[in-house]
Amino acid sequence: MSTHETTYIGAVMEAIDQEMARDERVLLLGQSVGGRPDDPFVQRYGENRVRVTPISETAEIGMAVGAALAGMRPVVDATMAEFLLVAMDQVVNEGNRFHHMSGGRVRVPMVLKAGYGFTAGWAGQHTGSIYGMFMGVPGLKVALPSTPADAKGLMATAIRDDNPVLFLHHYLLTLDRGEVPDGEHLVPFGQAVIRRPGADVTLVATGWTVPMALAAAATLAADGIEAEVIDPRTIAPLDTATVLASVRRTGRLVLVDQATRHASVAAVLAAEVAEAGFDALRAPIVQVTGLDAGIAYSRPMEEHVLPDEAKVVAAVRRVVEHSGTRV
Amino acid sequence: MTDPAFDPRGLAPDRLVELYRQMVRIREFEERVKRTFAEHPGVIRGHTHLADGAEASIVGSVAALRPGDQLTATYRCHGYPIALGSDTAAMMAEIYGRATGTCGGYGGSMHLCDPERGFLGTSGIVGQGIPHATGAAWAAQIRGDRDVVLGFFGDGASKQGAFHESLNIAALWKLPVVYVLENNSFSAGVRTEQEDANAAAGEPLATKAKAYSMPGVTVDGGDPLAVYDALSAAVARARAGEGPTLVESRVYRLSAHGNSIAPPGVPLHYPEHEAISRFGAVEEYEAAKRGDPVPRFRAALVAAGVLGDAPARSIAADAAEEMQHAVDTALAAPFPEPAAALEHVYAEAPA
Ligand SMILES: Cc1ncc(C[n+]2csc(CCOP(=O)(O)OP(=O)(O)O)c2C)c(N)n1
Ligand SMILES: [Mg+2]
Repeated sequence: MSTHETTYIGAVMEAIDQEMARDERVLLLGQSVGGRPDDPFVQRYGENRVRVTPISETAEIGMAVGAALAGMRPVVDATMAEFLLVAMDQVVNEGNRFHHMSGGRVRVPMVLKAGYGFTAGWAGQHTGSIYGMFMGVPGLKVALPSTPADAKGLMATAIRDDNPVLFLHHYLLTLDRGEVPDGEHLVPFGQAVIRRPGADVTLVATGWTVPMALAAAATLAADGIEAEVIDPRTIAPLDTATVLASVRRTGRLVLVDQATRHASVAAVLAAEVAEAGFDALRAPIVQVTGLDAGIAYSRPMEEHVLPDEAKVVAAVRRVVEHSGTRV
Repeated sequence: MTDPAFDPRGLAPDRLVELYRQMVRIREFEERVKRTFAEHPGVIRGHTHLADGAEASIVGSVAALRPGDQLTATYRCHGYPIALGSDTAAMMAEIYGRATGTCGGYGGSMHLCDPERGFLGTSGIVGQGIPHATGAAWAAQIRGDRDVVLGFFGDGASKQGAFHESLNIAALWKLPVVYVLENNSFSAGVRTEQEDANAAAGEPLATKAKAYSMPGVTVDGGDPLAVYDALSAAVARARAGEGPTLVESRVYRLSAHGNSIAPPGVPLHYPEHEAISRFGAVEEYEAAKRGDPVPRFRAALVAAGVLGDAPARSIAADAAEEMQHAVDTALAAPFPEPAAALEHVYAEAPA
């Protein structure tokens, strides 16, 4: 497979571009989409399929639901995850419900693309890792890519999926570079990936916390602790089987999550593993999550509530000490 | 007194000069915010949005208020507290993330507030502060003390459901609110006629008031006295219990929508104005600069014999000194304790 290097956000746009070229029912709309004749997407696909919209999230997302019911495959670029909240009904109580309520007679293939987690001084209303409020919503799928290659592959899969998909790209990863497969590249939903194998402890992380977990794993390896790092990639559907299988090998689980503790992927995985993998656990599960507060503007306060490499390393050491270093 | 065409709208000379002083202070504050990106890289994080170009509109609006009146605004919020008399050193400290800031470093540039002076707060989510102004006006109606609330927002915000829902209720309930729509012709990088049906039809945005059976007026937001006049009428109507007004104030923002957006580690800066960077409209932008409301009002006051050269110079010098002090004290101020992040999540019952 040949690859090329690009940025995380470049990979997202590459997937949208390729899917728009492949299927003329794919539409792109949003407040920072197109908007001028020399925009490359407008040039390639025309102003009918690439539309700048007013600041009207309820209509933008509601219209995407309607267009999807009528056979199109819209991609709404909602810019930031919080802006979806203006249209909460359309996101969690309309598009996601229609297939089920119709007994399968209608479908709503649409993608809501939004950035999240911009903990770079964006303060209270633009920094949230708010996927927790979407991951338990039946009918809605949620993707959280952590690498450029997955960003491309998950976006392509999202566009081809016949359900509403919330595609959340992490703002702090925007300019990260990586190798991305040329041409068609699809990453299946509901399949976690093991980013680093290890026998001593299972570390699960998403988005921006994946590189953090990998850095922690490298630090721990110097002390002889081998961490297995798992990236679920989609959190609805959520691949609990890969996590459970890993915990059966390691006996220890540390969950890293940028979201606040009770609205996190970590909380869901902790419950799943406690229920289905209790016998394999040799120490209590530990969650390293965002603290239960809003994100303050000032840097020391912002950093205080976020997980970081040192907190992950400390959590792993605690878990390992609790259960003895080796079997 | 020279210029016979000059209409002070009933304002005494000292109040006219005071309006000018406030405009100069706002401009100087915004210039210092902007300069901070180059002079002190990394000190300002996240996103700032400047009010340069809107000074006349802000000052003229606030001048129509009396103590007890209130207002809400958006992330583009540095001008209102200055006009209300908030401490600019504390504002700059907030924007620099310091413990001594207006909001202790919790809110930053987008979320200034000063409730004691009537500034109830801002929303960084477009349009969502409009119902807050409406609700505060409802509270004023219940108190029965004839206070009025101003809700400030942009042209782009008038495309939100929250705008339309609010205007309907305010007119229906005759709430004492004035909606000040600052039309700067842009929503970030989108032009008004690309996103607004009235604008696309060549009509003013104030046309929207018709749908809610309230007065809608369009005013030159570059002229503080025209704004003062329009707001005074709207405020009087609201105070009299006759209900809301939509005032479209035409301004031109002189800086880009906000500073550049980048992950940590990439230095932030103020990019070129979207008129140029997105639309190549160099002449439009240059014309806006030539019409800059600050020198324009100064020239009007000088021509009218209200302001002399020496007082004008000392207003500029005072503002420069005040904002230099704001920058210096903010730079020297301490950061909040990290664990303070966990305070104020919930309001505690007073001891
Ligand atoms: C609900 C929502 N959608 C999108 C945004 C992103 N955004 C921030 S400011 C802005 C433009 C707003 O334009 P306008 O209302 O005219 O105010 P201005 O910035 O021109 O003062 C946009 C689209 C947001 N903050 N909130
Ligand atoms: Mg605007």
